[in-house]
Amino acid sequence: MSDEKITPAASVGESKTQSVNGNNTGRRGFFKWLTLGWIAFGAATGGFFTVMIRFLFPNVLFEPPQTFKIGFPENFARNAVDLRYKKSYNVWVVRDEESIFALSTVCTHLGCTPNWLQTEEKFKCPCHGSGFRMTGINFEGPAPRPLERYKVSISNDGQILVDKTKSFKWEKGEWENPESFLTV
Amino acid sequence: MIDTFKSVIDALSTPTVSFTLLSIFTPLVFPPTDWFDKINRKFGIWRLWTKPGLYTGMGFITFFFVVGYFDPNFNITLTKPDNFPIILMIYSMFFFLWLGMSKAYVNDERIDKGLKPVEYNDPDDKVLVWPDLVYIEFISLILFMVFLIVWSILVAAPLEEPANPATTPNPSKAPWYFLGLQEMLVYFDPWLAGIVFPMFIIFGMMAIPYMDTNPKGDGYYSFKERRIGIFIFMYGWLILWLFLIVIGTFFRGPNWNFFGPFEYWDPHKVVPLNNVNLSEYFWVKMLNTGLPSNIMLRESLGFITVFAYMFMFPIFLAKTWFKDLFAKIGPVRYTSLMLFGLSMFSLPIKMYLRWFFNLKYIIAIPEWFFNI
Repeated sequence: MSDEKITPAASVGESKTQSVNGNNTGRRGFFKWLTLGWIAFGAATGGFFTVMIRFLFPNVLFEPPQTFKIGFPENFARNAVDLRYKKSYNVWVVRDEESIFALSTVCTHLGCTPNWLQTEEKFKCPCHGSGFRMTGINFEGPAPRPLERYKVSISNDGQILVDKTKSFKWEKGEWENPESFLTV
Repeated sequence: MIDTFKSVIDALSTPTVSFTLLSIFTPLVFPPTDWFDKINRKFGIWRLWTKPGLYTGMGFITFFFVVGYFDPNFNITLTKPDNFPIILMIYSMFFFLWLGMSKAYVNDERIDKGLKPVEYNDPDDKVLVWPDLVYIEFISLILFMVFLIVWSILVAAPLEEPANPATTPNPSKAPWYFLGLQEMLVYFDPWLAGIVFPMFIIFGMMAIPYMDTNPKGDGYYSFKERRIGIFIFMYGWLILWLFLIVIGTFFRGPNWNFFGPFEYWDPHKVVPLNNVNLSEYFWVKMLNTGLPSNIMLRESLGFITVFAYMFMFPIFLAKTWFKDLFAKIGPVRYTSLMLFGLSMFSLPIKMYLRWFFNLKYIIAIPEWFFNI
């Protein structure tokens, strides 16, 4: 043992001892294993990404419907902001002297949810101090544009139907659109 | 006595007063020119960087917090676990500022006498990175780790109830280190205060060594040899960053209104804040006509103002007061210095315009999400 010269198996000139044909790990065999390896790798990553993409489409979506009924126009008091649908649908229902409209609860500055202050008669954002009047018009703080309004209509059974897929922006003159409010 | 102190502090902490006072004091504490230096010497402000100055400063900060701790209103904000880092920040800010400035003043005196800075005293007295520096860093790392663990055991994490879209916390505050940015967002549109300015802060600080090529003060503390640079940096860091964090933490209450630190956080505090855009001031209040329907015509005055401030003003400065500077550093460095510098000073300008004229936006195009 001690006389034997130890050489690394992979060193040059050692190919004679490890015959090419004598073993399965020859050139051809190498490619066989390589192909197999790539197929296994591809299958594993493919499966992984399939599961990932499947994960993006949940079985159940706890999202409120974009179109919903909020009851009859008589249920809303004049010159008042209705907070009942704020939590479930992110909508304030406002009734002024002649109309009912649905305001978005997303501040137009950076997207916080403002609070309705009854005594001050304004929506006030707790994040950067933007203030909006009952109509949704911005008047204080950094908010650059008024709150958005959603489409409101009367459904067949006489209830108010709010459609959040269609919004109306004041700065584009869309509040003139008869779909953006209900005359009562 | 204490009540007088509290009402004085409350009155002083009104942002219009406190921000103005601090903006006046910064050039006196870090005098950028001989004129300011003379006032600094006359009133003995430099004594802040002596040992008695350190004790006085630390004593005042501690007195302020102790009074605050026993005040029913300030106690609420002061003892919030979120605000603990800010108390640490105020102490460490003052201590390290004092450390650097006191060493700089010692060196300045030596340089005046024709001596070399303290750090040059013994050129053979070198400290090796390994093991000397790494060893110190390792020890401080362990100590800091111990501190963090003790802190996390002693103080429970300020977790709140699960998020609920129907009830937004009032006031809603960002993590303490972002409160300066949140304060900036009050005066600017999100794309400016949330994206452009933070990027300018990072790129501007990266650009400092390219714009300020003054080789003096390299490897030793010195104030006199780079006083303009130190002044500009200190104004940006102390006033426009740290003080805005302090405002956001202690002076902003419900509905994001201003409150003095000892004031009761009344959620119904009424503050008249009817903000008006420059275009409305110009067309409606000055010319008594309606806003023009053409957006570019409507905002033309705002565009001219911003263009004049960002592009004409630097050219004007380069031909007058900054003539020597322009000749010395050349057009490329001058342009970037002006870009970052004027953007930085646009923040206090916009704050004052908001406070005194209720000016909301200079350029207001909500149609295109473009407001400045």
